[in-house]
Amino acid sequence: MQPLVELEHVEKHYGEFHALKDINLAVEQGQVVVVIGPSGSGKSTLCRSINRLETITSGSITIDGKELPAEGKALARLRADVGMVFQSFNLFAHKTILENVTLGPIKVRGLSKREAEQEARALLDRVGVGHQADKYPAQLSGGQQQRVAIARSLAMKPKVMLFDEPTSALDPEMINEVLDVMVGLAKEGMTMIVVTHEMGFARKAADRVVFMADGEIVEEAVPEEFFTNPRTPRAKDFLSKLITH
Amino acid sequence: MLDALFGHLDLWGQALWGTVVLFFGGGAIALVLGVIVGGMRVSPVPIARAVGTVYVNLVRNTPLTLIFFLFAFGVPVLVEGDVDFLGLAVWALGLYTATYVAETMRAGINTVPVGQAEAARAIGLPFGQVMSLVILPQAMRAVIPPMMSVFIALLKNTTVAAGFSVLNLGSIRAYMSERGENAMDVLLWVAIIFVALVMLLTLLQSQLERRWKVAR
Ligand SMILES: Nc1ncnc2c1ncn2[C@@H]1O[C@H](COP(=O)(O)OP(=O)(O)OP(=O)(O)O)[C@@H](O)[C@H]1O
Ligand SMILES: [Mg+2]
Repeated sequence: MQPLVELEHVEKHYGEFHALKDINLAVEQGQVVVVIGPSGSGKSTLCRSINRLETITSGSITIDGKELPAEGKALARLRADVGMVFQSFNLFAHKTILENVTLGPIKVRGLSKREAEQEARALLDRVGVGHQADKYPAQLSGGQQQRVAIARSLAMKPKVMLFDEPTSALDPEMINEVLDVMVGLAKEGMTMIVVTHEMGFARKAADRVVFMADGEIVEEAVPEEFFTNPRTPRAKDFLSKLITH
Repeated sequence: MLDALFGHLDLWGQALWGTVVLFFGGGAIALVLGVIVGGMRVSPVPIARAVGTVYVNLVRNTPLTLIFFLFAFGVPVLVEGDVDFLGLAVWALGLYTATYVAETMRAGINTVPVGQAEAARAIGLPFGQVMSLVILPQAMRAVIPPMMSVFIALLKNTTVAAGFSVLNLGSIRAYMSERGENAMDVLLWVAIIFVALVMLLTLLQSQLERRWKVAR
């Protein structure tokens, strides 16, 4: 079977700097892959390359068998099928919570306002912020904003969702409310690529952990094996630091 | 002094009309073209960015009088028959002011955090809608005050058309002198009318600012 997301020999340069080195990664339908690694190892770059917020230097990225289009309408259409949740939420500041969630379905999917609102309210209820629908993003806590951001992505009915450190900007007491939503998604069979250092989430929800360092995938394993028995010295070193703080 | 105004209401009316046509005509062209060029300068397409940059730098660095001359002497060579100098003046003002509108838009767009555009692209909005639905509404607040300065400058620049036999508030003095009115009296009235017109614009500005303030 064709993997849902497939990266082959992906290289990325920022000028002279080699940010991604020969990345090969295949994610099957329904799989949850956690990407972990030290700061600057290229996790965000990898994540952003998959919906072409960053352009790659060479190699190929396919989603559901289709190569990423270069620009324009075709790329926009493909992005609609790839959900993305950012570290800093990035909710549309001038729109209400409800409008944040309905914008894509109305403008991109062509739903009527009524349909879109109905679905949006159901999604907001599901992530536990239904009663905040008419507020503006700035009036919500970080954890609430991130759950709205997840609902906004879900409203597009994506084939795969990308998460780039979705809990790193949150106060500790809000991390779990976001992780709970993500674990729920994983259980329902959503295909997910998640950059996170939350080992609990990786253990609970991930099928695989991908460890990156210096732009390379250094190790790939099931979570339990990776956390208890890392093979490479780089992973061992990284995990020892992760546990101590 | 009062006679300089009320004795020649016909001429004042025509002059005011000339200024109004130049302002609204030039302003409309500047606004439409300026928003397009400003958008080009932040677009993902390198060619569009290049064209936008060249246009802004070329036209903005050329004195307005020179642009008027190029139009007044160039266009009659290119097209046969009578040229409408008022039309030419409107286009000259519009094309020139568009560069300022474009730069003001670009500055406003840069006040909106990049994450807003990334999130909009990530849900599959094409560039045009990323701009019109997400970026520009948020840029508006920052754009209105400097944009008003651009339009006040445009209003005053309409007087440059005086040199091209277009009757407006900038050229009325010459016509009035023919009718034997004192030049100082006429110019004083011109100044008073301009101050009044600018005050109208300032009023519009505070209305707009109030309107965009709630949207956040
Ligand atoms: N726009 C850019 N221009 C130049 N270099 C960049 C750019 N974006 C990222 N980099 C560099 O690429 C490398 C990988 O960055 P990336 O953001 O992917 O790392 P990361 O693994 O996500 O790190 P973190 O855990 O800090 O988020 C870093 O060394 C970074 O400095
Ligand atoms: Mg990162």
